[in-house]
Amino acid sequence: MTGGLAAALRGFGAFWWDFIVGDDWRIAAGIIASLAATAALAATAVAAWWLLPLTVVVLLAGSLRKASRNRS
Amino acid sequence: MRDVLLLLAVFAACVVESVEALTIVLAVGLSRGWRSTLRGVGAGLIVLAVIVAALGPALTVIPINVLRLVVGGLLLVFGLGWLRKAILRASGWKALHDEDAIYARQLHAAQRAKTDRRGLLGDAYAFTLAFKGVLLEGLEVAFIVLTFGANQHNIPLAAVGAVAAVVLVTVVGVAVRAPLARVPENTLKFAVGVLLTAFGIFWGVEGAGGSWPGADVALLPLIVFVLAVALAAVAWLRRQHVAGDAESSLPAGVAS
Repeated sequence: MTGGLAAALRGFGAFWWDFIVGDDWRIAAGIIASLAATAALAATAVAAWWLLPLTVVVLLAGSLRKASRNRS
Repeated sequence: MRDVLLLLAVFAACVVESVEALTIVLAVGLSRGWRSTLRGVGAGLIVLAVIVAALGPALTVIPINVLRLVVGGLLLVFGLGWLRKAILRASGWKALHDEDAIYARQLHAAQRAKTDRRGLLGDAYAFTLAFKGVLLEGLEVAFIVLTFGANQHNIPLAAVGAVAAVVLVTVVGVAVRAPLARVPENTLKFAVGVLLTAFGIFWGVEGAGGSWPGADVALLPLIVFVLAVALAAVAWLRRQHVAGDAESSLPAGVAS
């Protein structure tokens, strides 16, 4: 593989990572984990709708707290 | 009601991205000439249209629960990204998007760049910058149009919202021939973030096999819930920012 092609592939991957994952990868990882947990909960008799809103609050608060600490 | 919210979310998202693309296009067009710039804009719009036209029908054949799970997850990632940025800006932790400053930087760079003429493209710098500006700013909107539209089985309605926003911003931009610095970009970004996040939660739960109390009616309280959380976050971070400023203004040795 030539250096130019490798650099182009790296750039392509970096673009899509930035486009989809954005500034904080923890948010994307937390959402995937929470969707999996919601699916697992929905397969039981327990109500599953509450889990995702709760996770969103926790993920947003954590990400904002980290961003504000990094900037202070 | 879902259709109205779909239209509003796509329209507002598209206004924000169109204003940002217009800033780049104006800076390039006014400094390097319009022929190559408009070719770049046209090429960018064609690529975006091809993406929507190619992926749109493909998305509609995916089973609805799988689509809702994937789309819910994507909307949540995009929505929380928009909301995070808008909250940090509204609370003073991040500088507001300044279209005038961005325009001045782009104009300066465009005036200094060398002219490299390449066949049909004309001025390659102007073409590439306009093409990239339109494509990159438009890609997220294209995804929102596709995901929202496919889930609602109404991609044309989502496309109408996007096209209306592009036309509006273009008409105003041509009329004033200056960056649209007065558009309340952060407020729009905040509203879009709230809507994308609420829809993402709603479809994510349904796609994962869960069901909402009250079915579709749950969407409205969900939007109110996300809005309340976001406003509370702005208030919380604003207090922290003010407290941090007060502490840093104390004489050395007084701040703990």
